[in-house]
Amino acid sequence: MDHHPTNWGRPRDDRVDPYGTFPIHARPRPKEDAFGDAVKHTQQPIVTGSSVIGLKYKDGVMLAADNLASYGSLARYKDVQRLHPVGTSTILGAGGDMSDFQYIQHTLDSLIIEEFTYDDGNKLGPTEIYQYLSRIMYNRRSKMNPLWNSLVVGGIKSDGESFLGYVDLLGTTYQSPTIATGFGSYIAQPLLRNAVDEHPEPLTEEEALSIIQKCMKTLFYRDARSLNKYQVAKVTAEGVTISDPIEAPTVWGFAEGIRGYGAQTQ
Amino acid sequence: MTSIGTGYDLSASTYSPDGRIFQVEYANKAVENSGTAIGLRVKDGVVLAVEKIIHSKLLMPESNKRILTIDKHIGYTSSGLLADGRQLANRARDESQSSRDFYREPPTLKTIVNRLSLFIQAYTLYSSVRPFGCTSLLASVDKHGPGLYVIEPSGISLGHHGAAVGKGRQLAKTELEKLKLNELSMRQAVYEAARIIHLVHDDAKEKDFELEMSWIGAETNNIHLPVPKDLFEDADKQARDALLEDMED
Repeated sequence: MDHHPTNWGRPRDDRVDPYGTFPIHARPRPKEDAFGDAVKHTQQPIVTGSSVIGLKYKDGVMLAADNLASYGSLARYKDVQRLHPVGTSTILGAGGDMSDFQYIQHTLDSLIIEEFTYDDGNKLGPTEIYQYLSRIMYNRRSKMNPLWNSLVVGGIKSDGESFLGYVDLLGTTYQSPTIATGFGSYIAQPLLRNAVDEHPEPLTEEEALSIIQKCMKTLFYRDARSLNKYQVAKVTAEGVTISDPIEAPTVWGFAEGIRGYGAQTQ
Repeated sequence: MTSIGTGYDLSASTYSPDGRIFQVEYANKAVENSGTAIGLRVKDGVVLAVEKIIHSKLLMPESNKRILTIDKHIGYTSSGLLADGRQLANRARDESQSSRDFYREPPTLKTIVNRLSLFIQAYTLYSSVRPFGCTSLLASVDKHGPGLYVIEPSGISLGHHGAAVGKGRQLAKTELEKLKLNELSMRQAVYEAARIIHLVHDDAKEKDFELEMSWIGAETNNIHLPVPKDLFEDADKQARDALLEDMED
């Protein structure tokens, strides 16, 4: 109930008095949306992607994500690309809600087109995209309506340095030479750190690719929301390339001996 | 000008007794006196070229661009009041983006042209506004192939194989008609465009001018881009040489 003196004896809705005959300009207005309190925000993701991993190597940045979008524990869509190029020197990888990710893709594509139409020679690099994304994510979580994703941004900056950063649904950000999100932060992150941090020289492309493959294979073994079909994206001075779906060779002979998986012995 | 003093030309919302809207015709006059802009729609793309009149030596070269980009795949240029042209370009950009937001695909040129025509036409209906003093050329390659449209201050929009607006339009049109536009490649069209702009430029009347060219099509992966420097300079040089040769004859 509005108890402000200027509203005494007045209808609750301003639309009834469109001419604003009341003398005080700053008279408190009724809420614009009468049902505002009833709006419900995202409280859980629905169709989800799992981990994204990324690392810096000699020529730039490499990212990988599998092609699965799960519906709860159901492996619902098996040909979803979770890596998205943004402009000419940035790649975005996403886990979490896939519809939110599609929204983010559209927002970023629009941003890139707007920038292109200015035709002023400026290009948005990974740092700008990362900053923009982190503002969107933080803004949305501050409205209690987050975009339910964990995102990895990789790319080559205008000065030739490589960039790798993380931002998630809370607007949390960090940058690191290796990044793994979701289940990958438990399984793949140690493998990536072992490979990169312990290495005195920056990794070559072959080395980077082999550690990525090792991580994706391990994730497939251990993460029940993953798929043995993944794509690897790299950003180098030449630009962004995303590979066709790759499969890691796996061995399941040992599974026969596991109780509850193989033939029942008991 | 029979319209002057009759009172029928004071507002865009008034017809003359013989059914004309003089304010719209005056808007066309603003176009007729400005630098020439041409468009060539060829088999695998579209080329735009304008004669940008330089009215001061203090202006930076290549500043105040007259060819603008609406979307990745849509190019725009106008002849007439430059500020009006910029306003329309911004409007077209908004239309393109909102179409993308709605349909999640690149809009066809026709979509944008239709929307922009409606916008321009609305400015011929009211006494409180002035019609746009510019004619727009829109070039694109969309899912229907290459397209070139011209929108006049009246709001009428027509598709063209070749189009010319502005001061040198008459001569430019006769030159365009001589070409077999459907058989030209984009590269050839760039040379022809440069030649025509140089040809229609009247040295005696106008001071300096700057040639501006952009293209979209197979050569640019269907993205609207300025013509690359080396090709531009070669086309520019050939056009100048051809002009000199003609003069010697």
